[in-house]
Formats: sequence, structure tokens, C-alpha cells
Amino acid sequence: MIGVELSKMFRRPRTWTTIAVLNALPVLVAVLLRLTDLAPRPGEGPPFLSAVLTNGALFPLAALAIVLPLFLPIAVAVVSGDAVAGEAQAGTLRYLLARPAGRTRLLVAKLVAVLAFVVVTVVVVAAVGFVTGTLLFDAQPVGGTSVSGTSLTQEELAGRTLLAIGYVAVSMLGVAAFGLFFSTLTDSPLAAALGALAVLVTSSLLFTLDAASPVAPYLPTRYWLAFVDLFRDPVLWRDVVRGLALQGVYVGVLLTAAWANFTTKDVTS
Amino acid sequence: MSSVIVTRGLVKQFGRVRAVDGIDLDVGAGDVYGFLGANGSGKTTTVRMLLGLVLPTRGEVELLGQRMPRAGRRVLPRVGALVEGPAHHRHLSGAANLALLDAAGPGGRRRDRRRRIAEVLDQVGLGGVGRRPVGAYSLGMRQRLGLAGALMRRPELLVLDEPTNGLDPQGIAEVRELLLDLHRGGTTVFLSSHLLAEVEQLCSRVGVLDRGRMVLQDEMTRLTAPTGATVVETPEPGRVRAVLDGRVLAASGERVVVRGADPAEVNALLVGAGVPVTGLALQRPTLEEVVLAAAGTSADRVERA
Repeated sequence: MIGVELSKMFRRPRTWTTIAVLNALPVLVAVLLRLTDLAPRPGEGPPFLSAVLTNGALFPLAALAIVLPLFLPIAVAVVSGDAVAGEAQAGTLRYLLARPAGRTRLLVAKLVAVLAFVVVTVVVVAAVGFVTGTLLFDAQPVGGTSVSGTSLTQEELAGRTLLAIGYVAVSMLGVAAFGLFFSTLTDSPLAAALGALAVLVTSSLLFTLDAASPVAPYLPTRYWLAFVDLFRDPVLWRDVVRGLALQGVYVGVLLTAAWANFTTKDVTS
Repeated sequence: MSSVIVTRGLVKQFGRVRAVDGIDLDVGAGDVYGFLGANGSGKTTTVRMLLGLVLPTRGEVELLGQRMPRAGRRVLPRVGALVEGPAHHRHLSGAANLALLDAAGPGGRRRDRRRRIAEVLDQVGLGGVGRRPVGAYSLGMRQRLGLAGALMRRPELLVLDEPTNGLDPQGIAEVRELLLDLHRGGTTVFLSSHLLAEVEQLCSRVGVLDRGRMVLQDEMTRLTAPTGATVVETPEPGRVRAVLDGRVLAASGERVVVRGADPAEVNALLVGAGVPVTGLALQRPTLEEVVLAAAGTSADRVERA
């Protein structure tokens, strides 16, 4: 069943179009930086971008930081919102369930497929970022510089990059859980994706609002950029751990709700 | 004869609307069962409850002797279904669609999957369709592909909702032959349709649904049994009335309906009196007459309720 859903996800032209579009933005930013040599000052603009001109090996991280706030969540919201509602709209859901695929199994398989999409997307963005970075800028293969200014060995940098990719994937899993939950509520994939996006926009907005500070620690987008802390020396684990715990709670609650709703739902699409 | 589909007091309430209102279905093994009803009479909701897609408000469903939806995982692999038109992934080929659906549930062996796909595609007349994506199929081809999907695992029971929708007359005849062929091979067919002619030609047993209630369920032979009257065709209907005074039930044009279940006796009387007889037949009600009569009475019942 999981194989079936993975196959559907990655044999679909839309999946690869989305990934291609996601990569276009960081590449555009890299080209502009290369042409103008105008890097944002340290501490301004997307994280890591200021350091890219001196070390292209940091560009994968800059690329992730560029797509993370907006592009990646939109893609994940669309894909996860489509998971069940898309099948319902196309009419294939009734044939899957009459096959019978089993509602719980189907939901798990859909979640795994969305997760695979997130991981593949993040890895492709990082890989394209690495290629772009090393082609356009001077790359320093011997390690890099931490955000704190100390130097990191190449192994440290690679390891921390992997950790960062994992952390971003978990953050996106939270988005996917919202999308999947809404996807079981409606037969319209568009409505489900918009629902997930509405949550993210609300969360980002409240985060900037002082009046909302009491709820700020519980907003789903609160710790998204905490992966930057992985490149401090020593690693600042506090926000990373909180981010993981927060996403864990969201994912647990939302998936339970999605399961409870989907397994007792009349499929009339 | 064992029962393949049994429902007892099946009720489905959507909000304030009672879509299905106490249905007792009984489909035996080897039946070709015609499930008739106007659009909106609750046919599709009933079919969805049989397959565990919609959960009943009250009542029970037994499929192949086991309770649904609990036994779905054991029972549904032995059932082929076509519900409210075919649905496929448009960017994939027909064979890829069949393979994905087959792999999505139990009872579809991977080893012989390719062979089974080729077989069912041949069976529904899509053997040469190749790798074209389903998006480029005509409506009739999609309908055939949907039917192929239902046949993938040689099901004991076929639940088909409007299977000839979108097919041309030749296609309809082909599907009818295919279904009769499968039936001869031992498959029970549950055919939901609003096409009376289709059901009349195929089905051995009929259930009629009207506004969520079952108004009729009987063998086709009994429903269309002779009424005890004889239809006489003659160019001189006036003289029939004179010869068989008091036995004429109805007359229109050259067609006269006469009481008497023995056409030979009627014929002898008429010919003896010198009345020319051009046609003679036992009167049988058509399925349409039966259905309209049944659905008509139920409308009153619903109003009183």
C-alpha cells in the first residue's frame, strides 16, 4: 500500500514540477548574488546568505532558508491537502476503499508518501543549492564557518547539514499533518490546502504580534528557523528540541483527529 | 441456495433526509439481480453501504455470508465493483491504473498481475490500448476500463452501478454478453440501473426502490408472468367484441385484449365465427408496467408517513 502511494506520488508530473519550481527561487537568488556581488549584510536577509559569497558550500543552507518560510510550506500544504481530498474529487477514493485498501492503512500510506515528498524536496533543494553554490561561488572544501564565527570541519558541517535537513523535514511534517487532517474533512483538495495555508499564515502573523506573545511558544511556525541554531558553536539545542516537541504534539493530535474522522466517514464522493 | 447479499432493515439518514429507509435485500448465489429505481431513490447509497463506503445508520449488511463493514478486508477482495461511473488517474495508462488498484489491497497476487491485467483488458475489449494515458480515453473506454478493474480478481460477486453508461449500442450488447458469460461461469451479478430494458434482458431477479423503500422484490418470471388474458390482433376489432361478448377487457386500434389464458381456444372461437386473426399472444406485463405500478403505490405510502 505504501509502495502504491509512493508510486502515485512520484509518477505524477505535478510532483516534479513543484520540486522544479521550488528550486528556481534559490537558483535565481544565487545568480543575482553572483552578478551583483551584493550580499546582504551579516544579520540581515535570509540566514547564511551573507556568508555565501565567501563560501559557496554554505549555499545549500541558504537555499533551505530561502524556501522554508513560504515556498516549501505552500508545496507541502498543496500536496498533503490533495492526499485524500484529491482521490475523493477524482472518484478514485471509492475504488481504493472498495478494493479494500483499509482506511487506516490508506491514511498511513498517504502520510508516508507526503513525508517522502518532503524529504525528497528538501534533499533536492539542498543538492541543487550545493551544485549552484560550488559552481557560482568560491567553495571552501575545508570546513566552513559557524554562525558564531568559529570554524567547523568539513565533517562537522556535513553532519550538521544532515541534522538541519532532518529538522526542516520534521517542521514540514507539521504542515503535512494539518493538510492531511483538512484533506479528510473535505472533498476539495483546494479547500484542504487553503485550510493548511490559513493556519500557517495566521501563525506567522501572530508570531510578529506582541499582543499574541502568550500563545507564541505554541504557534506551529514558532521554531521553524531554529535549524540555524545547529550551526552555532556549540550547538544551541534549546529551540531545536522545543521545535521537535511542538511539531510532535501537533502531528500526534492532528493525525489522531484525521484518523478518527476518516475511519468513521461516509464516503459519498 | 445460499444468499450472497442480505440486508435487514437497512436505514441511512443524511441529516434530515432519509436516503434509504428500511431495505431488506436478498440476492441469492447465481442470481443476476436487477436493482431498479429512479435517480435519487437511494440505489447508490445502498450500493455504497454494501461495499462499506457509507456506514448504515441502522440495520445490517451481509456480503458473502459475512457482516459488513467489519469483514470488509476478507470479503471485498472477492467482490468486483463499479460505483457511479469509473474513476482513474488520468496521467497513467489503463494497465498502470489496474496494477496500482490491484496492489492497493489484499487478494491480488503480484506474480500473475501482468497476466491478469492483459486478460481483463482483452475481456472488455481494450487489449490493444497500449500505454495511452487514461486522460485520452473516451467515456466508453473508461467505462470498459472500470469494468476491467472489477474483474481483476475473478470475483464471486459483481456489484455494478450503471455499467453501460456512456457505451454505444454495440458496446452495451458486448457488456451484456460479457455479463451473461460471467454469470454462466458462476458469478453472481448485482446490477443497479434505471434502464428497464437492460434489466429486463439480463436479470433473473428484480428489486425496485422508490424513495428509499423497497417496493418490490421478486423473480423476473413471476413479475412478467401471463396475466390470464390473450392479445388478439385483427383488422376487424368490432367483430371480436360481437363474438366474444363480455370477455373483451380492452381494445385499441387493431389490438384487442380478451379474457382467457388459452390463445388456442380464443383463436378457435374467432376463426369459427369467420373473424380474421393476424396475431395472437398471451398477455404479459412488461417490466416497465410492473415497475411503474409498484412505484406508484409507494408514493402514497411515503406521503402518509
